Amino acid sequence: MIAQLTRNERLHAIQIGLVVAVCGLLLGLAGRDDPIGLHGGLIFVAGLLAIFLVGRDYYAPEPSDDRLTRYYDDPSKAGVVLSIAWAVFGLAVGDWVAWQLVNPDLTFGGGWSSFGRIRPVHTTSVIFGFGGNGLIATSLYVLQRTSRARLPDQLAPWFVLLGYNLFCVLAVTGYMMGITQSKEYAEPEWYADIWLVVVWVVYFLIYLRTLARRKEPHIYVSNWYYMAFILVVAILHIVNNLAMPLSFGSAKSYSAFSGVQDAMTQWWYGHNAVAFFLTAGFLGMMYYFLPVQSGRPIFSYRLSIISFWGITFFYMWAGSHHLHYTALPQWVQTLGITFSLMLLVPSWASAGNALLTLNGAWHKVRDDATLRFMMVAAVFYGLTTFEGSFMAIRSVNSLSHYTDWTIGHVHAGALGWVAFITFGSIYASVPWLWNRDGMYSAKLVEAHFWLGLAGTVIYVFAMWNSGIIQGLMWRTYNESGTLAYSFVDSLVAMRPYYVARAVGGLFFLIGACLGAYNIWMTIKNPGLVATQGGGRPEPKLAAQPAE
Amino acid sequence: MTVEHDFLVGLSKSFGLFYLIALSIAVLIYTFWPSNKRRFDRAAQSILDGEDKPWR
Repeated sequence: MIAQLTRNERLHAIQIGLVVAVCGLLLGLAGRDDPIGLHGGLIFVAGLLAIFLVGRDYYAPEPSDDRLTRYYDDPSKAGVVLSIAWAVFGLAVGDWVAWQLVNPDLTFGGGWSSFGRIRPVHTTSVIFGFGGNGLIATSLYVLQRTSRARLPDQLAPWFVLLGYNLFCVLAVTGYMMGITQSKEYAEPEWYADIWLVVVWVVYFLIYLRTLARRKEPHIYVSNWYYMAFILVVAILHIVNNLAMPLSFGSAKSYSAFSGVQDAMTQWWYGHNAVAFFLTAGFLGMMYYFLPVQSGRPIFSYRLSIISFWGITFFYMWAGSHHLHYTALPQWVQTLGITFSLMLLVPSWASAGNALLTLNGAWHKVRDDATLRFMMVAAVFYGLTTFEGSFMAIRSVNSLSHYTDWTIGHVHAGALGWVAFITFGSIYASVPWLWNRDGMYSAKLVEAHFWLGLAGTVIYVFAMWNSGIIQGLMWRTYNESGTLAYSFVDSLVAMRPYYVARAVGGLFFLIGACLGAYNIWMTIKNPGLVATQGGGRPEPKLAAQPAE
Repeated sequence: MTVEHDFLVGLSKSFGLFYLIALSIAVLIYTFWPSNKRRFDRAAQSILDGEDKPWR
């Protein structure tokens, strides 16, 4: 890793490590009486570690210019490994949380392990740890191939990848110490937020600098989606996290917004995090890996452009559907409903485009679990976006809101769509990245696929049942006009579904563990080194139907 | 600085409606512009080229 960096890049890496270490030290000193002090220490150690690792090989020979004739894939490789490691960790914590809802004693009495702290550890680990690393790894891979250009330098991608993971570690460890600004999916406090802005700007600059060097005149549509993901997440993150810390030595900050404006800003952020983090970025993945793995160009390139702009225009306005029946003005709620319904058009255009691409390659879907991961992802994308538009309608929301239906909906998207397209893309890219003939075991990919699908279906059905029962029990009145059921009655009714959900989650976790083992063995096993130059198979074009 | 509720409603019902429609039309024109078809087809095919080396 270090040997690949030029002497100049090594010097800059040490300088960055120094700045990070000094910032961490200052934060640690200023906040020695606050939980932030511990984080200061963590940042300090991270900076020192960078200096030490680079410094150790500082005088190693410089890489030859030969490297410039190949794409720079080392950060993508590390990103894939980090992504799968976060997946196993995040899913394990998620299943623990699920079992806590079955048996509350499973907190084992610790404050750090209470539901309210462990649950964001789960969401951050899977969304930002697993999903985010997967996006960074694949985006750098796709960006270089579609532009036919090497990354502009070798230090910036490492800064982005490792800096981003430092952010994730700060977030997750912070929750367990009670550091949170209580905004869903934006829990990390001000210092972690500022750090993420720096990392994110460098990420966007890598994209722009590589595109500026591209050979292809037209920018392939995947890059549009990846860039929308990076750019919009930056805007959302900055605006929603505008806050004033108590002091430089305190983790606690106060938001610039209050009351309903705060709620609207948060859900403008929250829903667009779903839109641009969990959708746009992964659509970028899908528009590259699905055509390549199936050996067929995307069914309609024009449709992919229309879907892109549809998604970017419409999603921005949909967030208010999270605030039905609140102090938010009625017209803003209705605006949210309208745009949520219109979103069905670009969403189904993308899902349909993906599935129609597979026309003529269905035999590959049958035989190749990797492609099947992507196919099922497209199906779940279509299902979830339909359900989401439906749940945004005020009268449907009156039944679904605050119930497990929402949890079921989110997991249909997160497990069925986001995780499946990521696993598919990882299984496709690991042999290409490490120059292998294929994965260590195709059978394990197959097992992962079926465990994942079974887990998702069990999870989603359990939550549909639980949510609708909950919603109905909360709105059932008796003859005298009072509520027929107490809240505890609804808890008792939900219990069997909570057991089912935790079992479904366990299936999904076991699948991911098999995936991690399979990927590890593929990387480790030198016996699988591809016979010819590149691991990537020469795509064979199947006969195309008449246009 | 205070922004009145009525002003925001008025803005979103007038300008808000038309600029989104205008953007949509612009996108449709770009997408279906006949001479763009060639580059779109080329882009769709380009990711399937086996070529796996940067040009610079």
